[in-house]
Amino acid sequence: MKLPRLRGGTSLWIGGGLVALAMVVAIAAPLIAHTDPVLDANLMNAEIPPGFDFWFGTDAQGRDIYSRIVYGSRISLTVGVVSQVLNSLIGVTLGLSAGYWGGWWDDFVTGLTNLMLAIPSLIFALAIMAILGPGLSSLVVALGLTAWSYSCRVARAQVLSLKGQGYIQAARILGYGDLRIMFTQILPNILGPLIVIATLGMGGAILSEAALSFLGLGIRPPFPSWGSMLSEARDQITTAPWLSVFPGAAIFLTVLGLNLLGDGLRDILDPQSTTRRT
Amino acid sequence: MAEPLLKLDDLAVHFRVGSALAGGVKTLKAVDGVTLDVQPGECLGLVGESGCGKSTLALAIMGLIPPTRGQLALEGHDIKTIDRMATARTVQMVFQDPYASLNPRQTVRRTLADPLRIHGVTDKAEVEARVADMMAKVGLRPEQADRYPHEFSGGQRQRIGIARALILKPKLVICDEPVSALDVSIRAQIINLLLDLKDEMGLSYIMISHDLGVVEHVSDRVAVMYLGRIVEQGSWQEIFEDPRHPYTRALIAAIPDPFLRAAATAKAKAKGEIASALNPPSGCHFHPRCPMKADRCVTEVPVLGAVSPGHLAACHFRDSQPQEVVAATR
Amino acid sequence: MTQPLLKVPLLQVDDLHIALKGESATYNAVEKVSFEIGRGEAFGLVGESGCGKSITALSVMGLLKRPLSLGGGRIVLDGEEIQDASAAEWRRLRGKRIAMIFQEPMTALNPLSPVGRQIAEMFVLHEGCGWNEAMDRAEDALRQVQVPSPERRIRDFPHQLSGGMRQRVMIAIALACGPELLIADEPTTALDVTVQAEIIDLMAELCAAKGTAILMISHDLGLVANMCKRVAVMYAGRIVEQQEADAIFATPRHPYTQGLINSLPRLGERSRRGRQRLQEITGTVPSIASYPAGCRFNPRCAAMTEICREVSPEITPLPSNGLVRCHHHG
Repeated sequence: MKLPRLRGGTSLWIGGGLVALAMVVAIAAPLIAHTDPVLDANLMNAEIPPGFDFWFGTDAQGRDIYSRIVYGSRISLTVGVVSQVLNSLIGVTLGLSAGYWGGWWDDFVTGLTNLMLAIPSLIFALAIMAILGPGLSSLVVALGLTAWSYSCRVARAQVLSLKGQGYIQAARILGYGDLRIMFTQILPNILGPLIVIATLGMGGAILSEAALSFLGLGIRPPFPSWGSMLSEARDQITTAPWLSVFPGAAIFLTVLGLNLLGDGLRDILDPQSTTRRT
Repeated sequence: MAEPLLKLDDLAVHFRVGSALAGGVKTLKAVDGVTLDVQPGECLGLVGESGCGKSTLALAIMGLIPPTRGQLALEGHDIKTIDRMATARTVQMVFQDPYASLNPRQTVRRTLADPLRIHGVTDKAEVEARVADMMAKVGLRPEQADRYPHEFSGGQRQRIGIARALILKPKLVICDEPVSALDVSIRAQIINLLLDLKDEMGLSYIMISHDLGVVEHVSDRVAVMYLGRIVEQGSWQEIFEDPRHPYTRALIAAIPDPFLRAAATAKAKAKGEIASALNPPSGCHFHPRCPMKADRCVTEVPVLGAVSPGHLAACHFRDSQPQEVVAATR
Repeated sequence: MTQPLLKVPLLQVDDLHIALKGESATYNAVEKVSFEIGRGEAFGLVGESGCGKSITALSVMGLLKRPLSLGGGRIVLDGEEIQDASAAEWRRLRGKRIAMIFQEPMTALNPLSPVGRQIAEMFVLHEGCGWNEAMDRAEDALRQVQVPSPERRIRDFPHQLSGGMRQRVMIAIALACGPELLIADEPTTALDVTVQAEIIDLMAELCAAKGTAILMISHDLGLVANMCKRVAVMYAGRIVEQQEADAIFATPRHPYTQGLINSLPRLGERSRRGRQRLQEITGTVPSIASYPAGCRFNPRCAAMTEICREVSPEITPLPSNGLVRCHHHG
């Protein structure tokens, strides 16, 4: 008997499943939430432990934790996806052009990258948030401007290893312009590792959102984000532990899912694992 | 006589390597004063070992490396005055490694159609027709157009590489070791294909190869390069039947041929290895390896002089028969 | 005729099978391979990439790695079966009695260790020498492979040597302990032609002087035939023909061998007969997962008949002291 082999192994499937679940929850939030996460406060229901009526319990204002987590996924995933798109755009543009053109531009980009890597990105993000003020959009901008050095480095290294390939030379000989070569000949061939980096970065961004919200710089109450929920639950951690356990678990599972997905993608997108037919 | 398609006059390409801080800057004379021409419809064989400068020469001809000195003219026009796109429509290249020379993420159709679009063929039907026609010419079926390179064997990939080089209908194609990365049983297919296409499309070739059997088979004229210089050039008969430079003779002697046993050629074999182009030997670059070295070879650079009209050799003893030379230098 | 029968050959490979474990199936990468090498004899194994020649050599060295494994058959060294030897027994055999040279010496040498030390290590490891004595002997070994000024070269690191010099170092390491068998896997493919000729001559000379047998592996039939007394040709995991080197060129009996010999342009051929169109072998080399039934060459063979598609031909002795695996060798 033969079992069908899963391409990419179990981590890809478990990670993909967790991430898909988070996505479905975020998209279908109005359908699956029991109450409105902000408006349905009812002090009569304050701090009820998890049970049949309120699956994950309620908070001090009597709001349903389950519904708040469901809606909170929208913010966490938005922050993760948008900030990583920003990071990838910046990192890939810089890395691709630096690797392809070389020269002083390459020196400049390499220096900038090293500078970014030397400054802890959370502190950098804190500084940006301090200028822009709290809120979802400034959070996304802060996280999107501070973590591009990884994709930049990887993109540059990949370009350097591809530049000598015959098909890049052939494209130059055929009269392709530099931008066309970068975007049609090089980029599609280095996308694999960049996707992996972006996936792993999303987990990091969700954690950073939680950290910044926890510090009071992220999403402002009463809107729910997993980080701000944790922050609010801080004082009640002994009296009402469910207030911190469930948002914490949501963060944990989503970040775990993204990391597993990233690992799994690395296995199937790695050019070394694709066999050459001879 | 018609105007040559390609004319090189004292062409040199030098690179500066190293840095002023670490060991000083040196000049690498990759190509050092090459004078050559290629006539329309002609196949010029370019022979030499690694480091002799033939790849740099190829890149210079395609306008990808600016020459340090000398003239390079395509159809009578100086290459500096021709724009890149026009050069692309005149000179193209077939690469050695059929695996690294095709973009793994592009279908055959895209590989062949994109260059046409870049060069102003906008009519969809015309692009389609020219792609299909070119695929048929190199022996691929048009229904294979939507496949990716990994779905093809090495020989088929090289056919795609040839199609890509010919899609813009160039006049001159530089073939850089076109068969040496292929399976032995596939090589004849590709050599025959290249010769057929040459006749069919009226192409000129520069056939770069270290395989003298291939060069003799396809070339009209042959040039032998050693450390950036041409050491001998002439018609294929002159080069293979009456070689006048000891390096040419060494190359021929090095080919294992079961019908010409080693004893007959032992005297012609070269000793040692090709020197670094960073630090070439004085006088005749070949003298440290030459079986017939004399004192003047160490000090005096031999000029590329005529043995007979069209047959040139850069050796002080080009007019002597090999046996006499060997005897004289003992 | 009677004498050779009594002699025990140095190496006897008998009905060798090598299994390749794929994702969903196990393939026979090498099948029914049998040959013998006498003491001091040079034997050649010729074939294209993927035909199984290199893994045959690795199995004789006990170096098969996952997903490859020995699928059956015997490997007999000097009357002693070694195919099931333990890791410790293999370590004693390798280097001491069987040695190997690879295509790319740069990857086979340790980049962080001076070459002299790497040669000396063989004496320390296999002969229990002290390091001082071993270094002296390493210098001698370098002198034997004609490395100029060995007393200085002994301290060089591999990257400081040219390709040809590195391959000489590899030969010195391989021959250090006077092995009975030297396996050379494409030893000159990465080298220039003039250097190739020198390395081959050196290898043949040293082995003849020391009475070392050679198993030479290459895709170049001409090169192998020049150096070896007997030659076997492999195609798609099987030996298809085995003859004396002279005979295999004069009277090749298998259509694949015939195709190989006729499909390559041979130096001097154009002078003798003018430019003839090369005879192509049609089709492509099959991949291991898609070997055809019957004779594996049948889809590319001009002489193919019904039986070739159904029945795998057995190896058959030729009247002229050779073997062939073809239904129609007559």
